[in-house]
Amino acid sequence: MTIINSHLEQKPVPEEEKVKLISIDTAKGKQKDDLSAKNKTKEVKVKVNNFSFYYGDKQALQNINMEITTNEVTALIGPSGCGKTTFLRTINRMNDLIPGTRVEGEVIVSGQNIYQPAVDVVELRRKVGLVFQQPNPFPKSIYENVAYGPKIHGKRKKEVLDEIVEESLKQAALWDEVKDRLKESGLSLSGGQQQRLCIARVLAVKPEIILMDEPTSALDPVATQRIEDLIRELSADYTIIIVTHNMQQAARISDFTAFFLLGELVECGRTAQIFTRPGDTRTEEYITGRFG
Amino acid sequence: MALAGVCGARRACKDERGSAMHNFKENMIKRFFMLNGLLSIVILLGIFYLLLSRSLPALQEVGLKNFFAPGYWKPTAFATPQYSMLNLIRGTFMVGAGSLLFAVPLGVACATYLAEVAGSREREVLKPIIEILAGIPSVVLGFFGLVVLSPIIAQIFGLNSGINALNGSILVGIMALPTIVSLAEDAISAVPQSYRHASLALGATRWQTILRVILPAALSGIIAASMLGMGRAVGETMTVLMATGNALAKPGSFFDSVRTLSANIAIEMGEVPMGSIHYHSLFFVGLVLFIITFVINLLADIIFQRYREEF
Repeated sequence: MTIINSHLEQKPVPEEEKVKLISIDTAKGKQKDDLSAKNKTKEVKVKVNNFSFYYGDKQALQNINMEITTNEVTALIGPSGCGKTTFLRTINRMNDLIPGTRVEGEVIVSGQNIYQPAVDVVELRRKVGLVFQQPNPFPKSIYENVAYGPKIHGKRKKEVLDEIVEESLKQAALWDEVKDRLKESGLSLSGGQQQRLCIARVLAVKPEIILMDEPTSALDPVATQRIEDLIRELSADYTIIIVTHNMQQAARISDFTAFFLLGELVECGRTAQIFTRPGDTRTEEYITGRFG
Repeated sequence: MALAGVCGARRACKDERGSAMHNFKENMIKRFFMLNGLLSIVILLGIFYLLLSRSLPALQEVGLKNFFAPGYWKPTAFATPQYSMLNLIRGTFMVGAGSLLFAVPLGVACATYLAEVAGSREREVLKPIIEILAGIPSVVLGFFGLVVLSPIIAQIFGLNSGINALNGSILVGIMALPTIVSLAEDAISAVPQSYRHASLALGATRWQTILRVILPAALSGIIAASMLGMGRAVGETMTVLMATGNALAKPGSFFDSVRTLSANIAIEMGEVPMGSIHYHSLFFVGLVLFIITFVINLLADIIFQRYREEF
């Protein structure tokens, strides 16, 4: 059975920090802030209706229905081959690159069904950034890596680019480490730094949604923690959807969790609820480690 | 039971003898291949030695400086023979550079198409055709230049004759094309898929991805491919001999007739008196040509090595 956003009645649980961040943003007076913050969490950014995905004849996703909330972190969990990465990549149509794939149903991002023929995929991918499993900076300088996105979208002025690069690197918590070596190759950084560079590169095109495909699976624990902290910080301004194999990670960083199994969305809800009182026995079995 | 024991012992013994035999054979095979490897080095050094030793008398008689002094290649002049190779070297580099100007853009565009744009079916058809290009005998290509290309060039540019450096450049460019295409295609295909995906995921078009990420990433491979193509172009003889007109005058532009180092040897070697200074200086021309192509190939190799390390 597919449960759609049963979280709506639920109160946010570990949210003190987050509310603070948002209140700094809106700065309208303390009483109203809490209200607006709550309203904000209820806005739907991505809505998925009866969505199925096929690799040739093989069906990888079955009739997914789901809503993803604005400026929250949604974690996609499930065993290998359950379709969570496939699902993630349908949101910016990166699966288009694989020949022989086919979709049914709708994925509505900011009110528009992205699988309509008229959709500009290039513009969609600017709005919906993707951070890959393996850090994959371009073989260019740190500066050029971050400036790449703005440049291809028509920003030419050096001052503008400088500003975007600095801002993006600061947002990605990398600025202090690289500000004196922006001309060095992005490949000269450590794995964790490279991944933050890739996040900065995505931030530079000012996306609305950031997709992350197991962004810490190739990193050591210290680098992983930095990325996790970063994800929490970024969730104040961005809708983040993250695929993770690591259940603790999902519990630590996400507001919502969706559990996939064999191409089906089993359950989706507040992370605290999914991890303490899952609605489906399969979720419970997976989370308690009985399979996976 | 006892029988089995004897059998086992005998088999063990046989195995031992077998393995000694085997080792010997293995060793011989190893040496055989090593010898083959060494042979190519010996041949290379031998050729170098031959060129050097045969050109020494000319060097002694004429002097190294005079080979590169301003002047002409007039070894058979009655009163004052001249041995300046400058115009020959100019001609060689004109044809070499000209062929690159023609072949590199075309070759890289073609390689990009094959690696990034073409479907697997188009690639299957096109690649062998381009490789066949390498199999055209150079004399046939020279003939083509003489009969087909030169009138076209003469007509387009309003010249008396189309037998000039431009003609030679285009033909040699055609000869260098397969090398450039196939090596550049390898270089482009070797660019990791993750770069493509990263670029596309940032909202780049395929064209932007090719131009700003893939080609720059493959640049050293493309440069190495071009250098190897150049190495081929510089040493090419028969085509340029037939298509460039072989004038000894100082070439002013690509519309002038030029003579290359290689063509010069081919033209004169047949009628030079053996043992004369002229004869020995032709060996020196060969030595210079050898050094030029050797350096180009070496550079290409170094660039290629560095490129391999990058990925």
